[in-house]
Amino acid sequence: MSGYYFVTMAALVLTAFFISRARAGRLIKGGVGQLHSLPNYHGLFAASAVFVPMLVIYAVGAPLLERFAETQALSFFGTDAASDALHRNATLRDIQNLVAGQYTGTPADALLEAARTLKSTLWWGNALIYGVGVLAGLLAIGLSVGRVSAAFRARNHFERLVVVVLLLCAAVAVLTTIGIVFSVLYETIRFFFDPSLKGRPTVTEFLFGTEWNPQAAMRADQGDIKTAYGFIPLLTGTLLITLIAIVVAGPLGLFSAIYLSEYATGRFRAWAKPVLEILAGIPTVVLGFFAALTVAPLIRGWGAYFGLDVASESALAAGLVMGMMIIPFISSLSDDVINSVPQSLRDGAYAMGATKSETIKQVVLPAALPGIVSAFMLAISRAIGETMIVVMAAGLAANLTFNPLDAVTTITVQIKTILVGDQEFDSAKTLAAFALGFVLFFVTLVLNIIALTIVRRYREEYD
Amino acid sequence: MTDISASYAAPTRRVDVTSPAAQARIRARYRREKRFKLYGLVALSLAAVFVVVLIGDVLSRGLPAFWQYSLVLDVPVDAAAVSSDGKVDEASIRAADYYPLTRAALEAVFPGELTRSAQKQLVRLVSSDAAQPLRDKLVADPALVGTTVKTRLILSANSDLYYKGSGTPISSREMRGIATPSGTSGDITILTSANDFADVLVELKQRISEQAKALRAEADRLELFAGDSITAKVKALRDEAAKLQQRVDQPKVEEKLDNKMPSLLVAIDGGLVKINTLSDVSARGTVLLPLQSTADAKPGTWKLVTYETPESNRKVSDQEVAFLERLKELNHVERSFNWTFLTAGDSREPELAGIRGALVGTALTLLITLVLCLPIGVMAAIYLEEFARKGRLTDLIEVNINNLAAVPSIVFGLLGLAVFLNFFGMPRSAPLVGGITLGLLVLPTIIIAARAALKAVPPSIKEAALGVGASHQQAIFHHVLPLAMPGIMTGTIIGMAHALGETAPLLMIGMIAFIVDVPHGFTDAATVLPVQIYLWSDLPEVAFKSKTAAAIIVLLMFLFVMNGAAIWLRKRFERRW
Amino acid sequence: MHTMVDKHADAVVHAKVAVGLPTPKVSAKDVNVYYGEKRALQDVSVDIPDRGVMAFIGPSGCGKSTFLRCINRMNDTIPICRVTGKITIDDRDIYDPKLDVVQLRARVGMVFQKPNPFPKSIYENVAYGPRIHGLSHSKADLDEIVQSSLEKAGLWNEVKDRLNDSGTGMSGGQQQRLCIARAIAVNPEVILMDEPCSALDPIATARIEELIEQLRKNFCIIIVTHSMQQAARVSQRTAFFHLGSLVEEGVTTEIFTNPKDKRTQDYITGRFG
Repeated sequence: MSGYYFVTMAALVLTAFFISRARAGRLIKGGVGQLHSLPNYHGLFAASAVFVPMLVIYAVGAPLLERFAETQALSFFGTDAASDALHRNATLRDIQNLVAGQYTGTPADALLEAARTLKSTLWWGNALIYGVGVLAGLLAIGLSVGRVSAAFRARNHFERLVVVVLLLCAAVAVLTTIGIVFSVLYETIRFFFDPSLKGRPTVTEFLFGTEWNPQAAMRADQGDIKTAYGFIPLLTGTLLITLIAIVVAGPLGLFSAIYLSEYATGRFRAWAKPVLEILAGIPTVVLGFFAALTVAPLIRGWGAYFGLDVASESALAAGLVMGMMIIPFISSLSDDVINSVPQSLRDGAYAMGATKSETIKQVVLPAALPGIVSAFMLAISRAIGETMIVVMAAGLAANLTFNPLDAVTTITVQIKTILVGDQEFDSAKTLAAFALGFVLFFVTLVLNIIALTIVRRYREEYD
Repeated sequence: MTDISASYAAPTRRVDVTSPAAQARIRARYRREKRFKLYGLVALSLAAVFVVVLIGDVLSRGLPAFWQYSLVLDVPVDAAAVSSDGKVDEASIRAADYYPLTRAALEAVFPGELTRSAQKQLVRLVSSDAAQPLRDKLVADPALVGTTVKTRLILSANSDLYYKGSGTPISSREMRGIATPSGTSGDITILTSANDFADVLVELKQRISEQAKALRAEADRLELFAGDSITAKVKALRDEAAKLQQRVDQPKVEEKLDNKMPSLLVAIDGGLVKINTLSDVSARGTVLLPLQSTADAKPGTWKLVTYETPESNRKVSDQEVAFLERLKELNHVERSFNWTFLTAGDSREPELAGIRGALVGTALTLLITLVLCLPIGVMAAIYLEEFARKGRLTDLIEVNINNLAAVPSIVFGLLGLAVFLNFFGMPRSAPLVGGITLGLLVLPTIIIAARAALKAVPPSIKEAALGVGASHQQAIFHHVLPLAMPGIMTGTIIGMAHALGETAPLLMIGMIAFIVDVPHGFTDAATVLPVQIYLWSDLPEVAFKSKTAAAIIVLLMFLFVMNGAAIWLRKRFERRW
Repeated sequence: MHTMVDKHADAVVHAKVAVGLPTPKVSAKDVNVYYGEKRALQDVSVDIPDRGVMAFIGPSGCGKSTFLRCINRMNDTIPICRVTGKITIDDRDIYDPKLDVVQLRARVGMVFQKPNPFPKSIYENVAYGPRIHGLSHSKADLDEIVQSSLEKAGLWNEVKDRLNDSGTGMSGGQQQRLCIARAIAVNPEVILMDEPCSALDPIATARIEELIEQLRKNFCIIIVTHSMQQAARVSQRTAFFHLGSLVEEGVTTEIFTNPKDKRTQDYITGRFG
């Protein structure tokens, strides 16, 4: 059905374009100068005058019709089918299968009736949309073609529309943020406050609980395992791995940046920079593979040599590799800030007889400190939000520990574990993942905003 | 200014540079300088070493997976085996069960009586779909039915790995006496005229004694560290060592060989016997490859063969090693490029698994991403750079874009799950949803790159266009945008490379299912290359580790090509205004 | 390096000053400076006496700043820059490879065109030099150096109550005097000033000029300026640079009243520049 609609729409749009352009073209007698706008703009104006209303009619009409048809069809099943989401979806799927002729088994009378209603409602509805759309399109052609005249400012009208389209594109970014906030916040609120949800924790239990076990007991002999949604072990796990990563990447990234911006010759930089860029471009799933299959066994082997018990999914392995991942991140951000420290400050120190390293340590770094701090904050935010390395190299067990040789789990690992596979939106377990997602989004957002603000202030200071 | 003149009354002192103390100080300062510079070099080298080790590790694991060993055997294709209801056509050839044919062809290589377990292991040498090449051949040329076809048989992953060198070193030496086997199959005893076996027994005891020594040394070393678990470990090691030592201390007593020691075998009369019990006069053992006769073997015609890696430490049993070695001797083994890896979909069998499905899924997903985020990104950038009036709304959008660029990717997965799948009811696991999600993820990158590219076009160009009477939009779309295009393309390629390597958000929207078929449309269930890598890396089979690494090589190659293209574009069109 | 602090040499210098024979403190012979392929300075030779102000004047890009930066080897920080010829301070070649550039700069202070205090406290700015060169033996000692330097720079009364405030929070003129205090804290023999007043308003400029007048009693000051009035006010000797070469050098009053070269005449009478 939608196929016909769009084919007709395309035909009308093209018709409007060519008619208007031709009419405008005939207005040219002595030369283009008589027209305010070129014939093409008249055509474009008419085409958009058809396109926009027809698109709006479909975009509004189609979902409304679908909702209406479903309600009509479901009215055959009494009130309980309409209220309970699970039940409702199952019934709807049955009806749709029946309409599509893919229903297996013998349908009940109510189901047949519902399918018939759905089919006819959809048919009539679609016909209505089609009719209204075509009517609107023809009307638009009539009006816009009628307006073609030498004085008509078709270009200005069309350009105004273009600006609106450009603005809408820019607004996609805002819509994305709203979408993210909406999706995580809505489910998080349900997680904490939906009374129909079994096993939901209170906010305090979530924030301060020390046990995390979203998996309810499946069999009777596991009876003593209780579901618990204590966030603390995930927090400590995430922080432990992040800490290891920063301890690795902080000095390495910073010293790399210092060397590259202050000491390295042009030729050396031409070699060293691509190495860091390669490191930055390696997908995290590859780093995760390396962490799990090479680094973790290596650390375990060394641990065994010194008689230490190292978990096969130790926080250390994940943290080390994550640290390597964020080295280029820290170094490129620090490189930027170090380079934006004005040369006059360096000259001041050199003229005092300071050596290069003294100049860097005592003048350049203190001056670049805000920028470096924000680089570290962005790196921390990146490490907290990183998923694949920890999914592959860190564990699932929510141990409350600070021993880097133990297995810990992180926020992102738990989100992934809960949400991969079948899930329904009505269990506390699924919603817990969204609550974790909310925490993750909130923490990284705060870190990013602070860091970006610091960087902006810093830039303004030296510009 | 009185304070200036007043202060000159005070004596002044100059920087002291000649005294030994001053000289020492300056030397110390220069040492610090050198050390500081060294830190930077060390940091960079560590990063470089990491990159090299990472890539080296992936290459060394993954490159072998691009080659594949297979058997080349003559398989008699009996018309009855590939017909259905007495008819041979393409359908019946495709549907036929090739197991009996494969099995018969394999058994033909090993005449003589094999134990049941040996028969089972023989069949397991090849893949469960070993006859795939044969089937393809028959489909292409049905006239071959009824003849004997020389064809490839796909080896199982373990056999393949064995030929790739993950088996065992093998050594053999000729024996001096005349040996007499007691039978040609089953459990037999071999006697020898010289004291060959006595020498072997002495060597064996020597080996055990060395093992015991190594265990004791390890126990001594561990004792240096403290801890309860270590005490237990040390005790276990000492007990084990004591047990071994006991065996060594009785020199003449016969030895039972177990799977924790190197395997000893006797190659005699065209067969191979695995020694189970060794005394100084005889060896008792199981026949792995049947003997042709029980004839006495003269000195120099029979050998002692050693499989150095203990059986418990390898994936292939002694029986399988015997088969595989014999197949190699008979020139039935061939090494070829592993096309299966590039042309097949996913599979539970490592030797049959390929990345084609993932590649097609990736292409479909990235196409959606590109179609979505290139126009939107460029238009958004044009709006922000050229049309936005400075104000609240514009500030909001800008802050938004900068923040979105730093939001963890998994959060975009949550967005896709909650909004596209749950709210809009789009299909799970589909490239369509994956592409939209990734599109939103890389949109900020593209907007930022496009804005930078637009900003880099000097205002004089726009002014010139405006000067000849073009409208603002004409100036931008006719003059500024074309000049900014190389920069925008560079940014887009980098954004797409980012999307290509992204995994986490796609896991959230279910692109992680085990999908054998190659997807055909944007709404088919599909997976992408990074997710395929993740899926394979999680599987326990050793052969999949190698496949994973090979898939990583393919992924990295794509990334290198894309980034290389971006660099080339930048270099080619870089313009200094 | 030894001769620079050699007691004997010092005594000789003082003796010569006493009898009114200006011994050159800084002496340049055939100095050429190249930026890559481009020759920025050609065959500059000049003698600069101790205890006094020498002004370098000339149109923009004439090489006066470049030459100034040769005297404490600041040009070393520019990778493509190459210096040939000979520059001596107290008869010691400062481009001698054995000479240590860090110690050279402790003897030759520099004040820049734009005030560039470190983003640290006022106290730390002044204490920086004495600290890295080990000039003080105790905290009290350092306090004293800081105070006397600030006093000499005429800044003490203005900042004595806020020594721990950031040096970047002061007015431009104060910042520049802080930079001068920082330079004289190590008591250098030569102070190079690269258009020190170009970023300042007239009142702040007047204060700096007063300060230079005071400092010249104890230091050899070389100042680059694009203001001929300033050169006439503060200097005893003046050198005129044009297109990378030194055109004329002499007593300031001579140069301004009776220039020997036509180009100098054109410049000081405002025909170009």
